[in-house]
Amino acid sequence: MSAKTSQSRGPGPGRTAAATPAPGRRRRSRLEFALGRHPSGLLLAAPYALFVAAVFVYPIGLGVWMSFHDSFFTAPGVDVPQPFVGLENYATVLSNPAVRASFVHVAEFLVINVPLTLVFSLLLATALNSVIHWRGFMRVSYYVPYVTASVATITVWMFMFNSGGIVNQILGPLAPDPAWLINRFWAMPSIAFYVTWKQLGFFILLFLAALQNVPKELHEAAATDGASRWQAYKAVTLPAVRPATTLVVLLAIITGANLFTEPYLLTGGGGPNGASTTPVFLLYQQGIQQGKPAIASAIGVLLVIGVLIITYASRKLTERE
Amino acid sequence: MKRSIIILIAALATASMLAACGGGGGSSTQASDKQAAKGPITIWYSNNPNEVKWGKQVVAAWNAAHPDEKVTGQEIPAGRSSEEVIGAAITAGNTPDLIYNTAPVAVPQFQKQGGLVDLSTFPDGATYIESRTGDAASQYASVDGHYYQLPWKSNPVMLFYNKAIMRKAGIDPENPPLATYDEFLATARAIVKSKAAKYAIYPSPSSEFYQSWFDFYALYAAESGGKLLVENGAATFADTAGTSVAELWRTIYAEKLAGNEPYTGDAFLDGLTGMVLAGPWAIESYGKTDWGVAPVPTSAGMKPAETYTFADSKNIGMYSSSKNQGTAWEFLKFSTSPEQDGALLETTGQMPLRVDLTKAYPEYFTKNPAYKMFAEQAGRTVDVPNVSSSVEVWQTFRDAWTGAVIFGEGDIPSALSDAAASIDTLVSQQ
Repeated sequence: MSAKTSQSRGPGPGRTAAATPAPGRRRRSRLEFALGRHPSGLLLAAPYALFVAAVFVYPIGLGVWMSFHDSFFTAPGVDVPQPFVGLENYATVLSNPAVRASFVHVAEFLVINVPLTLVFSLLLATALNSVIHWRGFMRVSYYVPYVTASVATITVWMFMFNSGGIVNQILGPLAPDPAWLINRFWAMPSIAFYVTWKQLGFFILLFLAALQNVPKELHEAAATDGASRWQAYKAVTLPAVRPATTLVVLLAIITGANLFTEPYLLTGGGGPNGASTTPVFLLYQQGIQQGKPAIASAIGVLLVIGVLIITYASRKLTERE
Repeated sequence: MKRSIIILIAALATASMLAACGGGGGSSTQASDKQAAKGPITIWYSNNPNEVKWGKQVVAAWNAAHPDEKVTGQEIPAGRSSEEVIGAAITAGNTPDLIYNTAPVAVPQFQKQGGLVDLSTFPDGATYIESRTGDAASQYASVDGHYYQLPWKSNPVMLFYNKAIMRKAGIDPENPPLATYDEFLATARAIVKSKAAKYAIYPSPSSEFYQSWFDFYALYAAESGGKLLVENGAATFADTAGTSVAELWRTIYAEKLAGNEPYTGDAFLDGLTGMVLAGPWAIESYGKTDWGVAPVPTSAGMKPAETYTFADSKNIGMYSSSKNQGTAWEFLKFSTSPEQDGALLETTGQMPLRVDLTKAYPEYFTKNPAYKMFAEQAGRTVDVPNVSSSVEVWQTFRDAWTGAVIFGEGDIPSALSDAAASIDTLVSQQ
């Protein structure tokens, strides 16, 4: 790869050392280095770059800055000292058992939610891809929960999973006591099941798009070679949808790590007794409700770092040959 | 890849530096000029239909008499809570001049943000507030002794009961025994045992910081004879009164006399529970239910005329973005005048925080006897303490309560003592 790529990029510094370029040529190279080969591209990219800088880079930068200062939101014109406090906010956050527990809870959520999302979305997408009749209806059916307001679906789940709900009625003596959403052991898995169900439609769509791009010739060649359906699926389909798999895992991790609405509504504010709190829920409590944005920023920065590490590891894992 | 990372880090570093440059600054305000300034102002009021009706009426009445100082009224913008909307508006500098929905629990934070005008700096500020509200005004003063909120209206929490459910449980619906903890528990057990209702009482078991106002605090105010959660910089509740209230609720939850699962409807209206702790705002919504009302219980059965409860008040704040504070102050006094307080009572059924309420509006209470008990109770209320980190104080209490009382984990005295120690630390921080 490297040899071909190097050639296509033109002569490298080592190879140009022997030649002495004319002064005009050197000026062009510097300009080219600064602006690239096609400076007009910068102009075309500038609006989006500015947009990203305004709505993404600046807020993150502000968050990082706040996490190192005794920062506080004030009315315009109110001059309040916001001294640099080093790692004090991080020490406060990490010494808080509730924050540490929230990271454990979200890890528990990801361990359940990401594999379930991956397996079910791939299986259902494969099934939907081979359905001939009612295809549109089936796809819409899976997509409906994703586009329905969380408040509405959460209310339904609360009725289904409360002590007298349909789930416990079906389970009878096997039903957990206390019921699912107020059970210290089952609260987080219940949220993970709910989120898996809610978001499945979106991930199914991603896999469906990938499955429809798998060339039929590959399956025909596998069939000619005498491969069974399972062998063809393993040798042709799964490798062909690997980019989609990477995307699904990354998105499931990122959205899962940002879990907020479900512990806020489904388990009544991170209940029972704090068993389903998440970093973003505590970030909301500390930053918005309790007016401690510096502490909230430190939680946010730690969460971003954690998500970056996990997504990097998962990308390496899913892209491995 | 490496190049991308370098670019990202450089961008974040630049953004951080920009953030550092963006903070602070601003010129000092000309407070006295602003206080004298007259002109158009904007007010926000609650989106409760009755309060909207009252708000429109008071704005129209003012505008008719003051064409040069026009007031524009609007409902508070929708958000997860009014406090979050106001907090964000303070930071953005786009608060209106007055907000008729300022929660006392949020006042210390708004004050710290520099979002509130010190009403005591108006020549007649403190005098007006204290003459209207009487001794009860002092609990709304901030730590510096100044008023950053005008005590406006309260919703004293009392014990509603469903007469049909009481009858079904074999209890006298006109005079149910609910004065002492023993009587309350016996009545609760009778309701559940007779299956007149699934639960005897159903306060929200969720973990939001404010939920303890409607289970613990009303009963603690009564049991302690009117103590605030924090007094003189120290938590009060880890005492005999607090422990006995917590023990009562723990028994209620342990015997499943109250539900511990979040419920999305109104458990009292839905007939799921026989009793509920609520203020007079609920009367209109409970209209079709045959209900009665009693003071909150105390362990020894205190006389109703001596029983305290939680005020659940909403107050008026003047916000520092106000340019015409002279008009804002005059409108504030106009909207809390005896006439407008009477209109508020008539329209919303909520109690103006005014001394001798029953004597001030005798005709109303003769016409509406259901509200008279609440008016009498309004003279004996406590609100949330005006301390720093107020929301965090209540969240700390709620977390301890959820574990020890609702889910029965650990022992109550330790839970209350630990919470009190944490709260003492929070209150001591400025």
